[in-house]
Amino acid sequence: MKIVVCIKQVPDTETKVKIAADGKSLDPAGVDYVLNPYDEYAVEEAIKLKEANGSEVTILCLGTEAATKAIRTGLAMGADNAVLLKDENAAGRDWLSVAKTLAEELKALQPDLIFFGKQAMDDDSAAVGTAVAQILGLPSVANITSFALEGATATVQREVEGGIETLTATLPAIFTAHKGLNEPRYPSLKGIMSAKKKPVEEKAAAVCENGTEVVSMALPPERPPGKVIGEGVEAVEKLIDLLKNEAKVL
Amino acid sequence: MDFELNADQKAVRDMARKFADEVIAPGVRERDIKHEFHADIVKKLAEVGLLGGPVPEKYGGAGLDYISHAIVTEEVGRVDSAVRTTLSVHISLVELTILRYASEEQKRRYLPELTSGRMIGCYGLTEPDAGSDAANQQTTAVKTDTGWLLNGNKMWISNGGVSDLALVFAQTDKPRGHKGIACFLVPTDAPGFSAPIIEGKLGLWSSNTTELVLENVEVSDDALMGEVGDGFKIAMGALDSGRYSVAAGCVGIAQGCVDASVKYATEREAFGRKIAGFQLVQELIADMVVQTEAARLLTWKAGHVKNQGESATFETSVAKYYATEAALKAAGDAIRVHGGYGYSNEYPVERFLRDAQVNVLYEGTSQIQKLIIGSHVTGVRAFT
Ligand SMILES: Cc1cc2nc3c(=O)[nH]c(=O)nc-3n(C[C@H](O)[C@H](O)[C@H](O)COP(=O)(O)OP(=O)(O)OC[C@H]3O[C@@H](n4cnc5c(N)ncnc54)[C@H](O)[C@@H]3O)c2cc1C
Repeated sequence: MKIVVCIKQVPDTETKVKIAADGKSLDPAGVDYVLNPYDEYAVEEAIKLKEANGSEVTILCLGTEAATKAIRTGLAMGADNAVLLKDENAAGRDWLSVAKTLAEELKALQPDLIFFGKQAMDDDSAAVGTAVAQILGLPSVANITSFALEGATATVQREVEGGIETLTATLPAIFTAHKGLNEPRYPSLKGIMSAKKKPVEEKAAAVCENGTEVVSMALPPERPPGKVIGEGVEAVEKLIDLLKNEAKVL
Repeated sequence: MDFELNADQKAVRDMARKFADEVIAPGVRERDIKHEFHADIVKKLAEVGLLGGPVPEKYGGAGLDYISHAIVTEEVGRVDSAVRTTLSVHISLVELTILRYASEEQKRRYLPELTSGRMIGCYGLTEPDAGSDAANQQTTAVKTDTGWLLNGNKMWISNGGVSDLALVFAQTDKPRGHKGIACFLVPTDAPGFSAPIIEGKLGLWSSNTTELVLENVEVSDDALMGEVGDGFKIAMGALDSGRYSVAAGCVGIAQGCVDASVKYATEREAFGRKIAGFQLVQELIADMVVQTEAARLLTWKAGHVKNQGESATFETSVAKYYATEAALKAAGDAIRVHGGYGYSNEYPVERFLRDAQVNVLYEGTSQIQKLIIGSHVTGVRAFT
C-alpha cells in the first residue's frame, strides 16, 4: 500500500512572531521552524501502518528549500521518501492555491491513502486536506481521532459536539489528523542519521492562483495587566461592582 | 572555520531538547526529593537511541559525531544532572572505553547490550584511598588457572547499584605500580560482588552512587580488557571521553541557569519595576551568558578535535575545567537573581547549585585539570 502524508513547515509555537514591514506577512527573521504539530499525528499514523503492513510512506510538502528540515523530521520518524514542491514564495499562497498544487502531484503519485494534519498552526485555515479531497473527488473525513483499516475500508472516529461519530470510507481516501489520534514518536537518533540517506525529490511547484488576498495582519491588542482587588469575602462586593460596571459582563 | 551546526546536528538538538523538556523535565523535582533513580527515563532514552549516540551503528549506536554528542548531553544536563550523570558514565566511560580498548569479541558481546539499554554500565576506578591519585589502586587481581580473582573496594561509583556490567580497575603486581594495573569487565551478578549505596550526598539525589565491594569475585580470562598493565592507560583514556561529557553537561546547567534567571528577572518586580531593569541584576545575567557561551565553545572545540580522531586530552581538560566552574558560578548567581525564592525548591536553581558542585570534583578535580593543562603547556609534570 502506498501512503502519502502531506506536511507543512510552520514557525515553532514558542517563537514570538513579528509582522513584516509590508504589514501583511510574517517576518521570517529569527523564527525557528518545525514540522506542523498536527502533521506529526498524520506522519505517526502512516508509520504505524507501515510497521503493521509494510506500506510505503511518502512525505509530500509544498515549501521553500528550508522546509527540508520538516521533511527530514518525517523521514527520521520513519517515512521512506519525500517530494518537495519548491516555491520560494510558498508563504504567500492561500489554501486554494496549495490544495490545487498538491492535488496535481497526488494525481501523479496515485496513493491508496492520504493523511494531512487537521490544520497548520500558522495560518489556521484548516482547509487544505478537505479541499484536496474535493478537487480529486475522494472521500474524506476531517479531524479524525482514531483510524483502523480492514482491506480497503477505513473506519475512523471524530469528535463532534457532545459525542463521537464513527464513519467508514473506502480507499483511496483522505483523512486529516486531530490531536488524540496517536502519540507521535520522537525521531530516534538512528532515524535522524538515516534520514539524510533517504531520497527527497525536489521539483518546482506548479503555479496556481490564490483565491484570496491578505490585506493586512495585526497582532491582537495588548491585554492590560490583571489586578488584585483584595482577598476573601471583603473583595466580593468590589468584584461584583467591577464586573457590572467596568467589564459589563453581569 | 564554521560555527554553523549542520542539518544532522540541528535535528539531533531539536529531538534531544524536546525529549529533555517533555520526558525528563516533568518529574525531575519529584525524583530529586524522593532520591529516586530514574529507571523509567533510562528505558525511554534507550527507545530513542540516546543510550548509544556516538557508538557506531554496527554495534547498535547511531554513529553521532562528537558535537552532536555534546549537544545531546547539554540538553539533558540543562534539565537533570542526575540523568546526565547516568548518561555520561554509561556512554562515555563505559561504551566508548569498550569501543576503544576492548577486543572485537568483547565489543560484539557488550556494546549492543549497552546501547539498547538491556545492560547498564558503571566505571569503577576510585577507591577509598585512590581518588586523584588513581594509580594507587588497592584492589587486587590475582591470576588463577581459569581467570582472575578480584578483591577490593571501590568508592563513589555512579550507576553502581543499577548496572549490569562494571569496568573494574585492579592491581595485578604491586611493585610495578601503575604499570601493573589491569581493567576487567565484571558482571555485577558475579558471586562476591555487591554495591552498597552511599547516602547523604549534597546533590545528584536521584543519581545512584555506591561503593563496589569485591570479595573473591571470579572472572574468566575473557573479562580482561586490553593487556595486563594497560589498565591505567585505559582509565585515563576513558576519562578523556568522560570529561568531555561532563563539560557538555555543565554547559547545560549553565544554560539552565540563564533560562531560569531571564524568566524570573523579567517577571519579578521590586521597587516598582521588573528586576531585569536593574543594572546589577543584568550584570549577573550577562556574566552567566558569557561564561555559558565560552564553555560551550570550548566544549565544541574539544569535540572538533575528537572528530578528527584525536583523544583531545588537553582540549578536554580545558573545557572540563572551564565549564564545570562556569556551571557552579552560574548556579550561585542564578540563586542571587532569584533572591530568597532561589533558595527554595520552588525554583530549579537551588538544585542546579547542589548538582553543579560535584562536577568540579568527579572525573578529575579542577586542581587535577589545571595540572594536566599546566604540564601540557610547560612540559613539566607537577602532580607529585
Ligand atoms: C557523586 C560522585 C560520583 C562519582 N562517580 C564516580 C564513578 O562513577 N567512578 C569513579 O571511579 N569515581 C567516581 N567518583 C569519584 C571522583 O572521581 C573522585 O571523588 C575524585 O576523583 C576526587 O578524588 P577524592 O575524592 O579521593 O579526592 P582527593 O584525591 O583526596 O582530593 C582531595 C583534594 O586534594 C586535591 N588534590 C589531590 N591531589 C592533588 C595534587 N596532586 N595537586 C593538587 N591538588 C590535589 C584535590 O583536587 C581535592 O581538592 C564520583 C564522586 C562523586 C562525589
